[in-house]
Amino acid sequence: MAETMKMRATMEGDVVDVKVLIQHPMDTGLMKDAKTEKLIPAHFINQVVATLNGKTVLDAQWGVGIAKNPFIGFRIKGAKPGDKVGVNAVDNLGTKFDGEVVVA
Amino acid sequence: MKRILTYIMAGLLLGCAHTGPSADRTGPAADRRALIDYYKQTLPGIKFDDYIYGALAMNPDAMNQYDSFMEFPSYSIDLDKGQKAWETPFKNGRKFSSCFPNGGRNVAGNYPYFDDAANRVVTFENAINACLKANGEEELKYGESEMGLLTAYARSLSDGMEVNVKVEGAGALAAYEKGKAYYATRNGQLNFSCKSCHVQSAGKFIRSDQLSMMIGQASHWPEFRGGTDIVTLQGRFKQCEKNVRAKPKSANSEEYNNLEYYLTYMSNDLPMQTPVFRK
Repeated sequence: MAETMKMRATMEGDVVDVKVLIQHPMDTGLMKDAKTEKLIPAHFINQVVATLNGKTVLDAQWGVGIAKNPFIGFRIKGAKPGDKVGVNAVDNLGTKFDGEVVVA
Repeated sequence: MKRILTYIMAGLLLGCAHTGPSADRTGPAADRRALIDYYKQTLPGIKFDDYIYGALAMNPDAMNQYDSFMEFPSYSIDLDKGQKAWETPFKNGRKFSSCFPNGGRNVAGNYPYFDDAANRVVTFENAINACLKANGEEELKYGESEMGLLTAYARSLSDGMEVNVKVEGAGALAAYEKGKAYYATRNGQLNFSCKSCHVQSAGKFIRSDQLSMMIGQASHWPEFRGGTDIVTLQGRFKQCEKNVRAKPKSANSEEYNNLEYYLTYMSNDLPMQTPVFRK
């Protein structure tokens, strides 16, 4: 399944407002497949790191409580237009996916 | 004497301005005007153009949450699937855009229409399937998510267009009247009609949800309900029928097509936007 990340970063005063949408099933491991009646194995993002020009500004540990196709929004102080905001996510199967956006 | 005659003439002329073709006093145009007047009285704080927001227009906090959600909706990844489906060529090399005037831009407001030759209502989804059939492809199932995502994108090409459904001719009028009758017929174990909630109780609460007014509803379908589940208009009919514990009809049934025809006509002149988010 292709994991895609959509990002937006817009300035609001001296803070950049970052919005990230990640495509991921976020299966908890507790649900059963309707047809096979077997448990769908857990497959969820468990770490999200956000960087501003390479420097870590956010480090999050996620669990099964977060819904499918998660959305995360956060604000970074001290950013300016042209800066690069990066988001790196890892899931419990070890798959990594990253996204990067230039502040508008 | 001359002044009295002038007044009488003026009165007659004004009186004549109110009469005119008899279709104006009964029939679809009159129904729609009467309902708009009704909502103007019962929901006085809401402007006509805001009817497209339904219950959101009745609650400023809900409207704020909607606006901030729509800045970057979480369904945009799902909507991309619809865009891909619309833009992918058929096996014969042609695309959906070849089946519609203007490449599919600003056409959705004309649906549904009444096809006199086929003697039935034709919905936008019918047109999509006709396009698939004409190009040797398999038709999509009505009311399911594949059709929903495709039409969510396809109809977005008509965003801003005003609903422009026509009811002209005996066949069209008969279908309109059937849709109107279905709307007003009580149904299900709870014995509610669509009218019970969306006309007689618009603005009131049913459990924790505020009821939207009927005018404006049809302008923004299919929609993503609860975030990422795409629901078509007829899919919503089914949900509402289940809510009153009635046995729903199937998508693309004659009853639902006529109902869609009636409802969309009643939202004429309102701008369309597809898809939208509802909780």
